[in-house]
Amino acid sequence: MGDLSNGRGGSSVHVIQPGDSGFATTRVDALLNWAKKYSLFQYPYVTACCAMEFMAMASPRFDMARFGAEAPRFSPRQADLLWVVGTISQRQAPALKRIYEQMADPKWVLAFGTCASCGGFYDNYTTLAGIDKVIPCDVYVPGCPPRPEAVIDGLLLLQDKIARGDRTPGIVKPRTDPLVMGPDGIELVQIGKKPVLDGGSEA
Amino acid sequence: MSKKVLDLLQEKFGAAILATHAQFGDDTAVIEPGSWRAVALFLRDDPRLGMNMFTDLCGVDYLNQRGEDEPRFEVVCHLRSLQYAHRIRIKSRIGDAEGETVEIDSLVPVWKGADWFERETFDLMGITFKGHPDLRRILMYPEFKGAPLRKDYPASKTQPLIPYREGTLDKLFPFGPDEGMAFGRQTHDYRNDRGES
Amino acid sequence: MEPLDQDLAEGELELPSEPMLLNMGPSHPAMHGTVRIVLELSGETIMKSDVQIGYLHRGFEKMCERGTWTQIFPYADRLNYVSPMLNNVGFALACEKMLGVTVPERCQHYRVVLGELARICDHMICSGAMCMELGAFTPFLYFARAREIIWDIFEEETGARVTHSFGRVGGMAKPPTADFKAMIRAGLPRVMQMVGEGEKLILKNRIFLDRVEGVGKISKEDALALGWTGVCLRSTGAAYDVRKTHPYMTYDRYDFDVPVGTQGDNYDRFMCRQDEIRQSIRIIDQALEMMADSGPINIDDPRIVLPPKEDVYTTIEATIQHFKIVMEGIKIPAGECYSYTEGGNGELGFYLVSDGSGTPYRVRIRPPCFPIVQGLSQLINGRMIADVVPTFGSLNMIGGECDH
Repeated sequence: MGDLSNGRGGSSVHVIQPGDSGFATTRVDALLNWAKKYSLFQYPYVTACCAMEFMAMASPRFDMARFGAEAPRFSPRQADLLWVVGTISQRQAPALKRIYEQMADPKWVLAFGTCASCGGFYDNYTTLAGIDKVIPCDVYVPGCPPRPEAVIDGLLLLQDKIARGDRTPGIVKPRTDPLVMGPDGIELVQIGKKPVLDGGSEA
Repeated sequence: MSKKVLDLLQEKFGAAILATHAQFGDDTAVIEPGSWRAVALFLRDDPRLGMNMFTDLCGVDYLNQRGEDEPRFEVVCHLRSLQYAHRIRIKSRIGDAEGETVEIDSLVPVWKGADWFERETFDLMGITFKGHPDLRRILMYPEFKGAPLRKDYPASKTQPLIPYREGTLDKLFPFGPDEGMAFGRQTHDYRNDRGES
Repeated sequence: MEPLDQDLAEGELELPSEPMLLNMGPSHPAMHGTVRIVLELSGETIMKSDVQIGYLHRGFEKMCERGTWTQIFPYADRLNYVSPMLNNVGFALACEKMLGVTVPERCQHYRVVLGELARICDHMICSGAMCMELGAFTPFLYFARAREIIWDIFEEETGARVTHSFGRVGGMAKPPTADFKAMIRAGLPRVMQMVGEGEKLILKNRIFLDRVEGVGKISKEDALALGWTGVCLRSTGAAYDVRKTHPYMTYDRYDFDVPVGTQGDNYDRFMCRQDEIRQSIRIIDQALEMMADSGPINIDDPRIVLPPKEDVYTTIEATIQHFKIVMEGIKIPAGECYSYTEGGNGELGFYLVSDGSGTPYRVRIRPPCFPIVQGLSQLINGRMIADVVPTFGSLNMIGGECDH
């Protein structure tokens, strides 16, 4: 139908034609992606030792809630992010697949830990060597168990991917934040900022 | 102190006790398979022994470790008495070299706790317990064939329940440029850190 | 439901019905992820239950048969992953029992301190998870925050927060750091304060008490016959604690009590755990007093302990020693041995069979929570579905250990 504009000037509304990837669509997509990434309802499919770091991440110190991903929904129908935390055995694999299939689109999968990513050091008769053998996975967070900071890296990576609409799987790389020798010893440098003294281990 | 456990056993059962030892301080008695349950009842009911705590039951596969005619498997049971605080290990040698008929009496009528331990030994070692109320797999799934803890079962032989997906991602290093954290990628060249390229 | 023209004096109206089968798990928030309970229900009441474990079976015993004795430590850590130090120490003690050696006293105190810190973590998380599953999220957050303080200590000492793999046959991987005692003395009062706050929130709560008191009761004789040990057995009245009855390492030198319950219900198990946290803090304080500030941590035996790295790179004897221990493994004499310690859940036993070479022939773990979960069926039959949650939570089943 073309452009609608109100006679007094100001912004015009562009009505979207079929096959038209115009300004409004991109903005709407961006808005939807923004909403999706900051309100991930997680399904914590928790099995093993990585559960300890998962609990630590949900705890006040590392606080997953500040990224919008706190609310666990223990029904796959209500969740959109499947956190596979811990080793998946061959016996558990059908249950995992079932849960993944029961989730509604859009859905993402985060493999938390080495056992979920590739089976870990349990290369034996009973372990599934990585969940991507049965379900597609979006982010792999290696570590045995990964530090909560690494998992938050993975969550932020996933949020970036959601914002870009990118479905290629990504792996969280180990990260060393730059350290400099200051007058009082080692100082942690926050990227983009001047060197600040590490204030200690209290939260 | 616990020596008397072995002495009492030998007094009562004589020929059914094939061997005893106390290596590393653990009293052990090797029992003939036919008297397995009788020995267990004696250990539980005799007032001087009073083994009322069932501690452990497992199987060991001695494939090719012993002579040709020796039984291949061993069932090992650990017991303890709450009152006297003494322990004993009773073992029995069973089974043929192929591992086809490996059977022994169940101890569930003596101690309720033997239930799951015997199921686990049945599951992982393939030892059948006669008289067990509900002998089925416990740690592995029912569709699994074979006894994984036997020495002739290869450790990495999997029996998947569902078929794997096609074309799973090849996760070999080096990772693509698109992977990893955005800010980490910009300020850190991991390869330079390690001196590669 | 009964039609009004029925004569009620003839007895109950019999409706033909089949029991309903309800499946809880294996992916369930309150099943600790890895247990499937198939319930046969009549209304809300459980008629029969079938507890199916094995969803986390990772083949620990088969993995141990490849490699050397020292390579088992990472696997042992992941058994009871809430208190990994206790498993490490338990396995190291089993190997040392077979070798016939004892670690130096400083190492024993060190192992005790780290083990008791791990035990505090275990009990806090069990109680916290149980509260969370009952709907009380805040005590869990308090206990988890307190656990972070302990994990900071572990991270400083061992390099890892969870699954440290720090134990070695004949000692520990590294000696204690310089700030070891100071960090613990500074951290533990804060831990105790947080535990106290979490308890204050929950222990007078009518709902919590109604859900745990009188629920999941078991008698002492049943518990003994089932093979229960640890907190679950002590809550029924049997005072069996491996640290007191068969003291190992330096446990006979500390002055601590063992809390024993009376009823054997969920409330007793919960309270026993909370009391044990306080007793563990007492043990840690005493061990820190008794622990020397300098001295060897590892045994001075070239067949068991790796030599210092400087020597490995400069002398030939140390190189050969290093090579033999790493490539061939520690040569434990042939035979079999059962060694037990007090793990987080009870008597953690390792039954080792060695054939004299550096590779283990058979490593059997006697998981403390395996017989405890065996008794779950008995505890929940006849009760309602809602009782399954606190009962199962109070048993502290750890999947890695139960399913090894």
